[in-house]
Amino acid sequence: MQEMIESGLLMAVAALSVILLLIGQRPSSGMTKKQKIMLGRILTATVLLLALQTLGAGFFDRLGTAGRWVRLGFYLADYLIIGYDILKKAYKGIRNGRVFDENFLMAVATIGALALAVYENGDYLESIAVMLFYQVGEWFQSYAVGKSRRNISDLMDIRPDYANIAADGKLEQVDPEEVEIGSIIVVQPGEKVPIDGVVTEGVSTLNTAALTGESLPRDVKAGDEIISGCINMTGVLKIRTTKEFGESTASKILDLVENASSRKSRSENFISRFAKIYTPAVCYAALALAVLPPLVRMLALGLDGGWETWIYRALTFLVASCPCALVISIPLSFFAGIGGAGKAGILIKGSNYLETLSKTRVVVFDKTGTLTQGVFQVNGIHHNQLENAKLVEYAALAESASSHPISKSLQKAYGKEIDRSRVCDIQELSGNGVIARVDGHTVAAGNDKLMRYIGVDYIDCHSVGTIIHMAIDQEYAGHIVISDVVKPTSRQAIRLLKKVGVENTVMLTGDTSQVAQQVSRDLGIDQVYSQLLPGDKVEKVEALLKEKPEKAKLAFVGDGINDAPVLGRADIGIAMGAMGSDAAIEAADVVLMDDDPMQIPKAIQISRKCMGIVYQNIVLAIGIKLICLVLVALGMANMWLAVFADVGVMILAVINAIRALSVKNL
Amino acid sequence: MKKTYKIEVDCANCANLMEDAARKTSGVQNATVNFMTQKMIVEFAEGQEPAAVMAAVKKACKKVEPDCEIFL
Repeated sequence: MQEMIESGLLMAVAALSVILLLIGQRPSSGMTKKQKIMLGRILTATVLLLALQTLGAGFFDRLGTAGRWVRLGFYLADYLIIGYDILKKAYKGIRNGRVFDENFLMAVATIGALALAVYENGDYLESIAVMLFYQVGEWFQSYAVGKSRRNISDLMDIRPDYANIAADGKLEQVDPEEVEIGSIIVVQPGEKVPIDGVVTEGVSTLNTAALTGESLPRDVKAGDEIISGCINMTGVLKIRTTKEFGESTASKILDLVENASSRKSRSENFISRFAKIYTPAVCYAALALAVLPPLVRMLALGLDGGWETWIYRALTFLVASCPCALVISIPLSFFAGIGGAGKAGILIKGSNYLETLSKTRVVVFDKTGTLTQGVFQVNGIHHNQLENAKLVEYAALAESASSHPISKSLQKAYGKEIDRSRVCDIQELSGNGVIARVDGHTVAAGNDKLMRYIGVDYIDCHSVGTIIHMAIDQEYAGHIVISDVVKPTSRQAIRLLKKVGVENTVMLTGDTSQVAQQVSRDLGIDQVYSQLLPGDKVEKVEALLKEKPEKAKLAFVGDGINDAPVLGRADIGIAMGAMGSDAAIEAADVVLMDDDPMQIPKAIQISRKCMGIVYQNIVLAIGIKLICLVLVALGMANMWLAVFADVGVMILAVINAIRALSVKNL
Repeated sequence: MKKTYKIEVDCANCANLMEDAARKTSGVQNATVNFMTQKMIVEFAEGQEPAAVMAAVKKACKKVEPDCEIFL
């Protein structure tokens, strides 16, 4: 029965390696030369091993006394085919003073098993099979890791390979690094924009998905700013570059992502420390297992030592102990998590930030530009006698001479070209408003003081914002409310944050307390601090940091324009709407390419999922390892099981790690 | 001065060992090996010639991980 299972397994390995070799012929498989050679070795060794097993010991016995050694010779050759590089590495390791590594473990275990087999003229299959399966596991690991690494990198593939420069009526492809600021480059449909700049000619639609995760295309025309990394979809664009290649958005983002996995998280550091202690510890444990029980049996119990059994168990113990699954899957999980977040337009600058993000309990927001759009808009028109549009038209015309933000937003709300000839006798009353003649009517637009000044009764407004009362020909005509507009998704984002376990949301703003109170009530924010100067924000965040428990982390979300010090002070700084803002990309730990607040709960969810996978992998790998080690020490598992446990855990852990890449359904 | 080199290494643990080896090489201020992107970022100490230092780094890395490759 056992023989059949063994032969079946070997046949499966042989068939699998043939299939993989065939797949490897296709260039798209991404198999390296090294991997193909290894596959060949696995196939050869398996076939030879199968042949030797089918012939059986009986065949060699017929050759007489020499038969035993001929048989050994064949098996030894097979062992060397599959394992010579492991032996070489183990030897080099010892020579370089690095004794305890996995090569050493495998070399000792298999040579030991081989020696036991020679001594007994018994079963060579085991030691060779162990080496074989170890190599199969290693091969799979290197292939899976390589493949997922490429998948993740492809995902962030915004690196432009060339830039087109028009010279003598022809397009010439040049290295983007050689393009100077102010050069004109041409981007054809289907190409990536290589360098940041301003469109000088052409109309097109851009796909910004690689940068923002937003699949909605963006239209551009002459005069618009354009950032690198977008894909030009429809028309030919001529662009005047405003930055060097190295300073362009695409290069900056790539830099950031590539350096992300260099900032190691506590879990990763834990794993490397663990691996450093673990391997020697296991070796000593194996040594103890080989020596102590027989000694105890002989000396204390007066029984036969049973050396073979215990040495075999010790060797199996070594095979079962390889820490690969752990060492490989943790960084891979983080990398997949960061890659997945990148796909969603969330750039996380390091594994450590991913870890901190997952522990976020307090989120502090800057109001303007984060929860609100940061632009003033006409937000309401009340008590008006005229049509809304007409009232705005009069207001815009009356204010047409002013460059105040309020009058700008009125003109924007009006939306048409201002015909200055309709306005005359403009009289500005500083701090109060204007009085002007529009189309022959006397129009007064301004605050309550202006209304009192001209003696018109006005109606107070209960809305928050800047109120512009209007009087036309000494008759009250209603008022226009202008205020900063809350982003449409802010409310839902706050609700989702609560759902993902954020206990406290805080808003900081330089705005008046009336405005702040209303915004926070609308959005459901817990705490508000208003009328803060930029410096006060740092102090407030520091106070909040002191208040919260040690383990709960505080995140600060800003638009990155003037809150760099606060971004730096918080446990984790999140900058949003960072497309094109270098300051924000540099100051923050997490960069949201979009300015949608919904990205904040999403980032936290991604980090939670990734950390969940990391912990699962740690528990899975260490747990199964420990169970195996105990089983082996008790003599309940043989070397086959040990090597399967090792390879199996590793495969499971790698597959689990890849899950972190998918962030769609969070 | 900071420079980035492309590397080739198969296992994450080996990458850690290479990082250790590179850091211990004289003339290196700091070194980081990024297994996932297969890159080594070396920060050289003041007044060091990168080419000479990198030759030593490569040698040290080969010692801990014979299979690795650094493309200078």
